[in-house]
Amino acid sequence: MPLETKENSIFKVIGASSLGTLIEWYDFYIFGSLASIIGSKLFPQDTGASALINTLAIFAAGFIVRPFGALVFGRLGDLIGRKYTFLLTLVLMGGSTFLIGLIPSYSTIGYAAPVLVLILRLVQGLALGGEYGGAATYVAEHAPVHKRGFFTSWIQTTATGGLFLSLGVIVLTKNFLGAADFASWGWRIPFLLSILLVGVSIYIRMKMQESPVFSKLKSEGKVSKNPLKESFNHKANFKMVLLALFGATMGQGVIWYTGQFYAQSFLENTCKLDFNDSRYILLWGIAFATPFFVIFGAWSDRVGRKWIMLGGMLLGVIFYRPIYQVFLEDSDLSRVEQKDIKSVSAPVRTSMLMENGQDSLISESRQVALKNATVYTKIQSQIKYADPAKAVYFQPEVLKDKKLNRAVFWKFVGLIFFQILLVTMVYGPIAAFLVELFPAKIRYTSMSLPYHVGNGVFGGLVPFIATLIASFPGASPLSGLWYPIGVAALSFVIGTIYLSNKKPEHTEAG
Amino acid sequence: MNVLKRILGLFWILLGPCAIILMSLQAIEKIGLAAEGAAKTNTALQWGIILLIFIPISTGLVIFGYYALKGEYDRLPSEEGSERV
Repeated sequence: MPLETKENSIFKVIGASSLGTLIEWYDFYIFGSLASIIGSKLFPQDTGASALINTLAIFAAGFIVRPFGALVFGRLGDLIGRKYTFLLTLVLMGGSTFLIGLIPSYSTIGYAAPVLVLILRLVQGLALGGEYGGAATYVAEHAPVHKRGFFTSWIQTTATGGLFLSLGVIVLTKNFLGAADFASWGWRIPFLLSILLVGVSIYIRMKMQESPVFSKLKSEGKVSKNPLKESFNHKANFKMVLLALFGATMGQGVIWYTGQFYAQSFLENTCKLDFNDSRYILLWGIAFATPFFVIFGAWSDRVGRKWIMLGGMLLGVIFYRPIYQVFLEDSDLSRVEQKDIKSVSAPVRTSMLMENGQDSLISESRQVALKNATVYTKIQSQIKYADPAKAVYFQPEVLKDKKLNRAVFWKFVGLIFFQILLVTMVYGPIAAFLVELFPAKIRYTSMSLPYHVGNGVFGGLVPFIATLIASFPGASPLSGLWYPIGVAALSFVIGTIYLSNKKPEHTEAG
Repeated sequence: MNVLKRILGLFWILLGPCAIILMSLQAIEKIGLAAEGAAKTNTALQWGIILLIFIPISTGLVIFGYYALKGEYDRLPSEEGSERV
């Protein structure tokens, strides 16, 4: 049986594998992208911040269970085969995403709503933990050995593609329905849409053949009897699992999530950019940078994986703080002078009772347009106490919904592009790197765990830990960056000293 | 390079528990600073989750350091050109 697939067939393999993986990432990311709306609809309405933190905690929980998914489905994939295992993960992911879109609001079913979200989010995390290792292994085992970097890099584009698709669907849905309907019920559409995408992908995957390498292992009776034991209880393999984690995936994970998640969250929540603008900037950055996954993947076939991946980490360590400093400075409109203002709209006044049911929060918002085409909303709020003895409390002025002028907009796109370029450097070659690090019979299990601990735990917690650090007394808005910078620096040092740039020479099934 | 790999093994062995001690101290401080009631519970929960997942990872770092110290990474399979299945 030939162990390599013909070039035209392998593109069918890549297409079928990538589509399913892309949809799984889409499913996973729409939750993150809509975290604040989910927080307000499906969580107790204490305060917005509390709901958001709860959601982020569940978001993190989604990532935390990924390593368990890697173990459960990795073991299955090494026992029964790659094809059926990553079909199962696709069904679980699509089903749970669809069901999230159907959960009634907290005001309708109370605490059952957040509990259901948590359960479905955990299922999503488990499914994602099993998906990636299967897709990467499946493609790599069809690819010629000397072109593994190139062919597996197509799988690597799916994570970014999934994010692109999720942002695109959210922005289109919101623009089509309008902000009010989107916030009311339209946010459910991206979740419900998943069932169609998954249905198509399952149909395509059903027609695929099992990996030739696994088929050969099976026909020769060489399939591992206990993949978990062979992966983690044998020192020769376990030491490579640890090296893959600390020398590669840990740093790769934080670079990935900083560039693609934290950046957008920072633009929206810290810089207070307009909802759509923060997403358009990311979309453009992703669109320009995505081809580099394949470029760096193919290049790694020629020069080795190590230095491309470590180069991406080092550049992140050096440039993150300067980049985010520019984001802060260029979006700071607190010192706008009167002569720069083109127009100010009439004030819109709103009044609402506070949680105690007695005091009132009175807000006045104006839209300000500057001569350089920047537009933003200025909100001045005051708390009027029911107790006449208490003086009115004037809250600090808030500037939000900033729409940047074109020059700053494209500058931000360039800075996001650079961050995603770093993502393509660390992420493009990593599937081939991990696949080559482990022998075929325990490959699914062995590569899945370090990948998902690196990405799920270290990477997935970037928004959570960075937000936490930035909330410490005395912290600046840039303080949260110390987490990804520190982790990437540590991984760079370990990778530089311990990793080899040579490809291990495994016999695949012999 | 092998000498450096082994010497740094000691550093990784120490770094694992140090990271957990540092995180635990941070957790105690932040939980203490949080307002009574739901906010304190929320903060404790967040730090509890973080510690729970980082303890096994730090243990892994200690084992990694131990392997490095013992010279397990002096020669990797790729450098030996060994064939494994």
